[in-house]
Amino acid sequence: MNDDQNQHYYKSLTRRIIVTMVVVSVIPLLLISGTIRYFFQVSYQEKVQDHLKVLIKKHRQNIDTFLSEKLANIKELGESYTFEELSNEAVLAERLKVLQEVYGRSFVDLGVVDEQGIQIAYAGPFKLRLADYSKAAWFNAALHNETYISDVFPGKRGIPHFIVTVLNEHAGKKWILRATVDFDSFNSLVENLRMGETGFAFILNRKGELQTKPRTEIVASTEPYASFLASNDALGEDVLLTDMPSKSGQDVIYVLSRLKNGDWILAFQQTAEDAYSALYTARRIALIIFALGVLCIVAVAVVLTRRVVARIMSADREKQMLNERVIEAGKLASLGELAAGIAHEINNPVAVMVEEAGWIQDLLEEEDLKESKNLEEFKQSLKQIRLQGVRCKEITHKLLSFARKTDPRPRDVQLNELVDEVVNLCQQRARYATVKINTELDPQLPPVHASPTEMQQVIMNLINNSLDAIDGRGGVVEVKTSTQDDYVVLEVGDNGPGIPEAYLPRIFDPFFTTKPVGKGTGLGLSICYGIITKMGGKISVSSAIEVGTTFHIRIPING
Amino acid sequence: MDIVDTKLLIVDDEEGFVAALSKRLSARGIDVYTASNGEEGFDKLADHPEIDVVLLDVRMPGIDGIETLRHIKRTYPLVEVIMLTGHATVESAIDGMKLGAFDYLMKPCELEELASKVAQAKAKKTAHQAKILEATGKELRRQRGA
Repeated sequence: MNDDQNQHYYKSLTRRIIVTMVVVSVIPLLLISGTIRYFFQVSYQEKVQDHLKVLIKKHRQNIDTFLSEKLANIKELGESYTFEELSNEAVLAERLKVLQEVYGRSFVDLGVVDEQGIQIAYAGPFKLRLADYSKAAWFNAALHNETYISDVFPGKRGIPHFIVTVLNEHAGKKWILRATVDFDSFNSLVENLRMGETGFAFILNRKGELQTKPRTEIVASTEPYASFLASNDALGEDVLLTDMPSKSGQDVIYVLSRLKNGDWILAFQQTAEDAYSALYTARRIALIIFALGVLCIVAVAVVLTRRVVARIMSADREKQMLNERVIEAGKLASLGELAAGIAHEINNPVAVMVEEAGWIQDLLEEEDLKESKNLEEFKQSLKQIRLQGVRCKEITHKLLSFARKTDPRPRDVQLNELVDEVVNLCQQRARYATVKINTELDPQLPPVHASPTEMQQVIMNLINNSLDAIDGRGGVVEVKTSTQDDYVVLEVGDNGPGIPEAYLPRIFDPFFTTKPVGKGTGLGLSICYGIITKMGGKISVSSAIEVGTTFHIRIPING
Repeated sequence: MDIVDTKLLIVDDEEGFVAALSKRLSARGIDVYTASNGEEGFDKLADHPEIDVVLLDVRMPGIDGIETLRHIKRTYPLVEVIMLTGHATVESAIDGMKLGAFDYLMKPCELEELASKVAQAKAKKTAHQAKILEATGKELRRQRGA
């Protein structure tokens, strides 16, 4: 996989995790809040509507009581007094005064009207004696009903009012006792019915004329008044509650009920927003909480996912690096085996060569070649052949002793000898790197119990690390042995660039390397650490930037 | 130490090495027999019971050095064996020592070192033989005296 594909893979992984987390968290939230909202809304609306209905019923009762009370007053008056008595304006005025004393200002005036519609007697603030009502709408109705309550009308006085009439008979002729009811006192009955900021009540008659002063303009011909006015069926106790948008687009709740045996309508209206304001507030708060919750979920999902994906990315990278290094280590191991094989194959021919040269040397001793003038030259050459053969042998033996499978069996070893051996082996490389390897070995060093091959490996790794650190700039590597208490101490130090502090805690980790891929396995120091720890010793490092690095190894003498 | 009259059998598949070595050792007064593998070595030992020391290569085709050594030690307990290794099989050389080999040498080796090892082996064998002779003599005398 190349980097682009990787980036794409991680991006889509991030996306998928985030979407899954958000969906899984938000859906239950949505379902719960949706369900609760729905049921709460329904029950709350029912409650509000019931409340409004009850309110309207109660007010209808009040109004009906008010009207029937007025009617009863007048009726009683008509029955208690004769036509002659009431035609006397002084008596009439007396009665009005009594009524006003008992019922306050609700009665404005009293009048007696004859069959022809002429008001033959009048008591009140207006001059209406002998006024002709024969053309008035109410007169006709009053003449045919025992009792009658008119609609509100301005009448002769030009002030909105309504009248209550009682039909009586005197000497075969009908006469009507009429009383004017003060509009304001009636109006206040309805006007006081207010809810919230927009809720108010008013009364309409059958023709859709307003009987009270509403707070805002009412057009009675609009729905739902028109249909309610048109229908006759819902008489009695029924209260109609409807909910429809008004012209301004707001939802309005209408509560309608019939009054006065269906002649009038008590109407109440309130915008839904006002009626359900508590519900709407709760809804708004819930919505804000929900939005915040979703925001939190999304934020957490994003942050968490980024972190997780970053982890996955670094784990993948480490895995890849590990793979590369395992392959590298495998290559090195097979290289070592190859070297061992080659060393072995070379050993046999070299042995033959050395023996043959030796044989010639033997022969030279006994033949009569002693007089030959080149005898010395022969001897010199043979000596060289043997010498070089021995050198080959040394090289191959060293190669073998490092490449062969380690001999982990511990025995008493003299560390100084191992150091000498390894230093000799490294001398060649050091020369190329213009590094001088100095040894400072304690001749009194007691032997330690260790595997010689493993110890060689440790010393070799440390010296090689030092040579790598100095990296051709020239320098000095110091190898020291000494005794400290019950420990043999081996120190390998260099005057290279030092190890940055940040790397120090990790240098013994397997596969930790600062060398480019393919150059180092990152195994050297971790192998050293493993070997030294296994034999009960300790390995530590002290390093200063631009000064150098020293590794200290302490091995117990009686390990 | 005197190596003259030592009877030495060299068992090694590297013929050039065997040839050169046998010439040089012969020149030093050793009676050298050669064999290029284990089986041949057994035959030589059977034909020449006077052989004192065997120089045995660890790695050979066919029966390997360790197996040969085991066989020799079983059949001829008095014959001393010096192991010769041409490679890193120090472990097998150590195994050989455990099985009763006298010593081991790494190829290529100095002739002087080899000669001295052979002399030591021969001396050990001689001492062994003398002890056995003495023991047998005592036994004989005891039996006769009894």
